[in-house]
Amino acid sequence: MAVSVDDAVSAGPVRDHTPPARRFGGRGRAVLEVALLTVLAVVMLFPVLWMVETSIKENRDVYAIPAKFFDFKVTVDHFKDVFVSSSGGRSGLSVSFLNSVVVAGVSTVLATVLGVPAAWAYSRFALKAKKDQLFFILSTRFMPPVVVVIPIFLMYRQVGLIDTQLGLILIYTAFNVPFTIWMMKGFVDEVPAEYEDAAMLDGYTRLQAFWKFTLPLLVPGIAATAVFALIFSWNEFVFAIFLTSSDDVRTAPPAIAGLIGGTTVDWGLVAASSVVFAVPVLVFAYLVRRHLVAGVTLGAVRR
Amino acid sequence: MAGIEVTALHKRYPDGTVAVDHVDLSIGDGELFVMLGPSGCGKTTTLRAIAGLERQTTGDIRIGDTLVNDLPPAERDIAMVFQFYALYPHLRTRDNLAFPLRAEGLPKSEVHKRVEEAARLMRLGPLMDRRPRRLSGGEQQRVALARALVRRPRAFLMDEPLTNLDAELRADMRTEIKHLQGQLGTTMVYVTHDQVEAMSLGHRIAILNKGRVEQIGTPLEVYDRPASLFCAEFIGSPPMNLIEVEVVDGKLHSKGGLVLTPPPGLPRDRSLVAGVRPEALEVTEPGAEGSVPARVVSAEGLGDEVIYVVDHGGQRDVRVRMPPTVRFATDASVGLRHSGGTPAVYDVHTEDLVA
Repeated sequence: MAVSVDDAVSAGPVRDHTPPARRFGGRGRAVLEVALLTVLAVVMLFPVLWMVETSIKENRDVYAIPAKFFDFKVTVDHFKDVFVSSSGGRSGLSVSFLNSVVVAGVSTVLATVLGVPAAWAYSRFALKAKKDQLFFILSTRFMPPVVVVIPIFLMYRQVGLIDTQLGLILIYTAFNVPFTIWMMKGFVDEVPAEYEDAAMLDGYTRLQAFWKFTLPLLVPGIAATAVFALIFSWNEFVFAIFLTSSDDVRTAPPAIAGLIGGTTVDWGLVAASSVVFAVPVLVFAYLVRRHLVAGVTLGAVRR
Repeated sequence: MAGIEVTALHKRYPDGTVAVDHVDLSIGDGELFVMLGPSGCGKTTTLRAIAGLERQTTGDIRIGDTLVNDLPPAERDIAMVFQFYALYPHLRTRDNLAFPLRAEGLPKSEVHKRVEEAARLMRLGPLMDRRPRRLSGGEQQRVALARALVRRPRAFLMDEPLTNLDAELRADMRTEIKHLQGQLGTTMVYVTHDQVEAMSLGHRIAILNKGRVEQIGTPLEVYDRPASLFCAEFIGSPPMNLIEVEVVDGKLHSKGGLVLTPPPGLPRDRSLVAGVRPEALEVTEPGAEGSVPARVVSAEGLGDEVIYVVDHGGQRDVRVRMPPTVRFATDASVGLRHSGGTPAVYDVHTEDLVA
């Protein structure tokens, strides 16, 4: 905000060698910026910090009043509870996590496998009513997904997809394919079609040319797109809670939410399962961070 | 080597736009044939149809004696050079050159021999072990040319290969391409929107507009007698002056009083425009013999010549090419004299050459 105000001032008719922004700027402004950013960071990060803290506190310290920020006893019991049930076998939560991995993973792979070739086709070929088709694809994302929860529920009940992993995988794929097509089309547009033309003159078929020459150049874009698709599927809550009911099928978000709402809430377990839930996406995003940055900025630069 | 015959080539895209509208071309064996036109005129689509990268809606393409309509690009025995070079980014120059040969399945020794030969011809010695990213634009385009050479194709197709180079390099590469084509004697179809490139390279030029061929001819034919108003405006820098004229007493009279000799066989009762090249006019002292009054609107001194823009009978964009020794100030009253031969005359409505 501060920047735009200063810009507006300096753009004025004042013919001065030092723009006003510079005169007011310097230390005072830097301090203000740091202070504001710090406040923002605290507001954003405190819940995360508190979640992590709670997950490693002993139960007594979790419920202590006044709250204990630093001098609490550290324990990993909550994390053990996430994976191992009280009777000694696998816990319900660990099954949910596995379900999440399967559902999010498979739906992301499906959306990528379907979306990338589609994006390539939309980018490369002259199609009838191409713009209308693309608009239609985009329009499926106009409404909030919740709107179609009831119809989808009824349809799924008819065809027996209620309370199945396949059902969730299909619906997440359906939501991710339009997104993948649109995002990937931008990346494909950036790769000169001449590579494929040249490869075709060298004796490859169109598909081989795409596979051997265009696809390798699209890897950063695919990584970025897949991360977004994965995060969507991983975090999705509404469809998961409506379309699944049994613990065998349920994914992690509704399972974790299900921990809250009894007579007593085991906040330590909630926090620990939340941490476990957050980590995979963080790790994944960290691993592909280079592609992510390249991918997000790639489309912004014109040749 | 082979000539290329294009018959009634028509390309209509699914969305209804017609990119190429019944184009006929007959390109001779060993000819350097240039297709010239503004963007969207169908020249690139025609070239891509010849290459097999684009399937024509109707029409036939023959390379040599072979009807290639249904052949994939690789089986047409042609090589293409692209505007964006299209070198494989993950391969070194050497492998980029060898790539099409390996794809053909030639023996190693032959591949090596041909790669070395092309590298020598294009002077790529020091660049052989670099990847495209580490080559300048000009170097990349030389590699791309070499890549086309190694295949010893029956014809080269060039899709605006010099557009992305800076002016100086472009002139060098132009010379190089012309020299190369002359040396190899291979048929070459060259697409460009740059009329200087077309004039300096082509044995013959086809001027395309809106998917149709406006004129085919040698550079001089195209320059001297443009077949339509479009060609007249497209070829030449500065372009041809188009002066409205009337036929009075067997002579062409412009509004400003300029009198031109009409070509034989001029039809009557039509609105006519005379095409007069800037070098066929002279700026003189006012009242000089045979001159009509005019006024200098602006003068562009280019060193070796001066382009005067003069106001002649209300037409304010008449361009005259003069040697630099002649000096007239802006706004000066001068004389305008026609010193060339018979001008080309066009019909205003049909926009075609009438005589």
